[in-house]
Amino acid sequence: MTAGVLRERLLVSAAALGLGAVGLALVLLVLGQDPAAAFRALWNGAFGSWYAMTSATLVRATPLIVLGLGFSLALRAGALNIGMEGQFLVGAIAATWAGLQFGQAAGPLAVPIVFAAALIAGALWVTIPVLLKVRFGVLEVISTLLLNFVAESLVSLMVQGPLQEVKGVYPQSDLVPAATRLPVLPGTRLHLGFVLAILLAFALHATYSRTAWGFRLKAVGASPQAAWISGRIASARMFSVALLLSGALAGLGGGLEISGVTYALFQNLSPGYGFTAIAVALLARGHPLGIILTGLLFGALEAGAGAMQREAGIPAVAVAIVQAAIIVVVLLADVVARRRAALEVLPEPEEQAA
Amino acid sequence: MDEVLLAGFLASAVRVSTPLLLAALGETLAERGGVINLGIEGAMLAGALGATLGATAGGLWFGALGAAAAGLLMAAVFAVVAIGMRADQIITGTAITLASVGLTGVVYREVYGTAGAGLSLPTFPVLPIPGLAALPVVGEGFFSQPAPTYLAWLLVPVTWWALYRTRWGLALRASGESHEAALAAGVRVRGLRVAATLIGGMLAGLAGGTLVLAQVGTFTEEMTAGRGYIAIAIVVLGRWHPVWVLGASLLFGGATAMQFLLQAMGLDVPYQLFLMLPYGLALLALAGGMGRARAPGELGR
Amino acid sequence: MIKGTPVLELRGITRRFGPVQALRGADFILREGSVHALLGENGAGKTTLMHIAFGMLAPEPGGVIRVGGREVQVRSPRDARALGIGMVHQHFTSVGAMTVGENIALATGRLGRRAGASGTVLTRLREGLDDRDVVETLSVSLRQRLEIVKALEAGAGILLLDEPTAVLAPAEIEELLTLIQRFAAEGGAVVLITHKLDEVFAAADHVTVLRHGAVTLDAPLVGQSHTTLAAAMLGRATGIVRRPGRATARTTEDPVIRFEDATIRPIAHRGPGLQGVNLAVRPGELVGIAAVEGNGQRELMLGLAGLLPLATGRREAQEPVVLVPEDRTTEALIPGFTLTENVVLGSGPAAPWTRGWRIDWAEARRRTATLLTAHDVRAPGPETEARQLSGGNQQKLVLARALESRPSVLLVENPTRGLDLAATAAVHDRLRQASADGIAVVVYSSDLDEVLALGCDRLLVVCRGLVAELPPQTPRAAVGDAMLRGVTPA
Repeated sequence: MTAGVLRERLLVSAAALGLGAVGLALVLLVLGQDPAAAFRALWNGAFGSWYAMTSATLVRATPLIVLGLGFSLALRAGALNIGMEGQFLVGAIAATWAGLQFGQAAGPLAVPIVFAAALIAGALWVTIPVLLKVRFGVLEVISTLLLNFVAESLVSLMVQGPLQEVKGVYPQSDLVPAATRLPVLPGTRLHLGFVLAILLAFALHATYSRTAWGFRLKAVGASPQAAWISGRIASARMFSVALLLSGALAGLGGGLEISGVTYALFQNLSPGYGFTAIAVALLARGHPLGIILTGLLFGALEAGAGAMQREAGIPAVAVAIVQAAIIVVVLLADVVARRRAALEVLPEPEEQAA
Repeated sequence: MDEVLLAGFLASAVRVSTPLLLAALGETLAERGGVINLGIEGAMLAGALGATLGATAGGLWFGALGAAAAGLLMAAVFAVVAIGMRADQIITGTAITLASVGLTGVVYREVYGTAGAGLSLPTFPVLPIPGLAALPVVGEGFFSQPAPTYLAWLLVPVTWWALYRTRWGLALRASGESHEAALAAGVRVRGLRVAATLIGGMLAGLAGGTLVLAQVGTFTEEMTAGRGYIAIAIVVLGRWHPVWVLGASLLFGGATAMQFLLQAMGLDVPYQLFLMLPYGLALLALAGGMGRARAPGELGR
Repeated sequence: MIKGTPVLELRGITRRFGPVQALRGADFILREGSVHALLGENGAGKTTLMHIAFGMLAPEPGGVIRVGGREVQVRSPRDARALGIGMVHQHFTSVGAMTVGENIALATGRLGRRAGASGTVLTRLREGLDDRDVVETLSVSLRQRLEIVKALEAGAGILLLDEPTAVLAPAEIEELLTLIQRFAAEGGAVVLITHKLDEVFAAADHVTVLRHGAVTLDAPLVGQSHTTLAAAMLGRATGIVRRPGRATARTTEDPVIRFEDATIRPIAHRGPGLQGVNLAVRPGELVGIAAVEGNGQRELMLGLAGLLPLATGRREAQEPVVLVPEDRTTEALIPGFTLTENVVLGSGPAAPWTRGWRIDWAEARRRTATLLTAHDVRAPGPETEARQLSGGNQQKLVLARALESRPSVLLVENPTRGLDLAATAAVHDRLRQASADGIAVVVYSSDLDEVLALGCDRLLVVCRGLVAELPPQTPRAAVGDAMLRGVTPA
């Protein structure tokens, strides 16, 4: 990527964020609210204190980064994984189950076992869309989307059935054993999963930019036909693998949430991380290191939203407006860039000579 | 089986299916024109709030108007971005739905206060069709329904006629199958797609309005709970054909109503399984379990 | 030749696309009862001129369009149709998933039953077309007919045909040209866009030649010859030479690629696929394949490349076998990728920049830069995106990439589609050179004349999934007959 392109992308991202904020401010103004108070509350909730920064912003950024990386991985191969919300949830179910089942006995292996369960569950959940796509040509957008709702019902089923707490009072699981919980930065709620998310981003960046596999992934995403005919790449398999890995990452996100944050499974575990992560990945244009930044940004938005609701009386869902505006601005910037690029065809050789 | 129980099952199946049918018919038009609009979930939610605002201000019919207008507005934004600017339809639709979740949440709390509860709106009365409504078993379900249900049914033949018996429908289907061929035939592809999308948004808005004005009688945040997405599944299950779409929405309605029926029959089956059932059916349908169907050639492009 | 009044006049038409000046003040006058050939190389501006007449593109200020003597604005195909102009495009513009009747209704804007056929040409054209047939199940020649039927049903008196014969077999071409002439004789007027001189002499009575967007010749056909037309097209006197096949193939060496009783299922369930084919090619042989589109040649080429599984039979090949596919922008190259990335894409796992799992991009860039110079690919550098290259340079890049991997077998589909004569000659030279260097070269072209002009050692014809070999000196008409009627397997 050249410096010019990088600068332009940063500019677009900044503009997108700015317009999102302006959009929210306008809505608040129309409704007679004070945008300044809202933004102050938002800022305080996200960055106002060491505790807010670590325990609210970074904790919320963690699943967003992991899921954002998952979305970008699928997108690189041309797959739209709209089902990360569901994969996150089944990952959480599997992590809870594995933690309760093996957590005590497994000792130092407890965390790896929990993560493996989450990864596998996420991948299995996306296997259905993969099979539907490969065997029947079903748009993965529709099938992954539908499975989100099935996963929600599955969580509900689990916390009222097999995974319900022993006391059997509330629809939630028991706490997973201490051995399966991730270490926490003293005095905060920030867990090791955040570091893991950052490492994951760097690993994916290296994979995309340096390895043959990363190049094949991009080729399949850009043109499955050319990748097959000229690159002899099994496009359908590459597509499937990318979607499976994307699902595995989303499942891992669910596992991290259980072992790092909640220690238990309950309904409404995810405040829509799977959908927010789409915006996170798009705003970073799928670039893994960019996703760290946009994940932090959206984590701050989510963290600040709660404060905004408490302090300024503006519903937390209002940040969805900002997120939506960001997506639209990035989409439109891409359209403009595409149109400009289409005009940049070199003149024919004869024309150069003439 | 108990006749009363069965009649109740049918009635609730039809009730559940009505908003789904409305939204799915609109989406059928859009998809036949090559547009997949995931934003109808957002349009439906906006429609629910529009209905609430309208009904508060001026009663039932004003509420219906508000629902249609709100849905139309959401679809108009989608049309500008995804059709006018040719941005990715899936992502645009997702963004529209997100925006709608945020906007409806903010506006609702602003207008009706933080508590929000206790809001009670007038609902469409049941209009029994003389004679037919008295039929055993089916009478209650099919002929003793509020106005929006009859409207949805009426729209099935209307949509069919528009798609297969008018020049507009022919041109729309051509736009959905092959952009290039339609353009060559002098069809104004974008205009048609915008029109179909707007009609789709309006119907999705009405679908959301139906939830408020014919069923619940109040608004709650994110009350559509994915019904817009189910409507998209219904379009697929209904093979992009209005009559099949009617069948598919009844099937979805039935699967949801089955949950109540089995509970009433005292069967101890986890209710979540029935909540999953419609989605499972949709996936099965997508896999060709209901006969292979082919999507419009330009869908999503 | 009696010529009628002008029905369509284009005066001083200019049009620019970005840096490319497509038309430079071109004049064109079509008269009633005329079959008017519009001749020129690829990129000369023929299609652009007719798209302007059909309202698909706007001329720049100063250009004037008259229909029936009256100055008009043609802003859309809809306007054009209202003025009685119909166009048949290079690519079919019927909706495959809809029926013949629906497609005609779409074109005419009239639903329901149509009035009885109005003219004899229309009656003839409608033979074999049932309103209820779904278009994508029709043969290529019927789909071609449907295109013309749609224009005529919409009331066109002026018919613009853009290379209508490109997809047809020789006998079908003849029939089409006869029908066009009859349409003109019945009072219509036809523009026949083509770059094939034979068709001009077979059907036209008037010819306009475009070169670099300007008219270089506008005259009745009477008095013209291949030489005068070619001179107007190319700007210099060039005879089109049919090269004789070489009799010096090294037939003693063992084949480097072989099909034994190979059967391949049709791609996307369309067409015959490949049905029990035996074929062996030796090093240094130049093999030409002639076929009408959709007869199994695609399966043959992809199958030889090892990209399709064999249902039965065996493939033996000495790798690397490299395929240069027909579509440069969707199969050979990824337009949004840089030249380096495209070279890496098509170069197989043994490329010099491969380091285990890693790709050494610096090395790949260096090699690509060298490749560009060595094969005369005109591009600013290896980091240019492929879509910025002209068609000729794209094809040079694809060939360079293929040859750089030192293939034993080079498979090439439609190597010069969309290229101008100079680029075509360069590509043909390179293919001959490759075969002289000992590579087994197999070339398929949908243009029979290209197969013949290459001067192949061996000539194969594919028809309905079967492959037959003809002597390389077989007369053109006999090859055409074999392409159309079928052949007994070799």
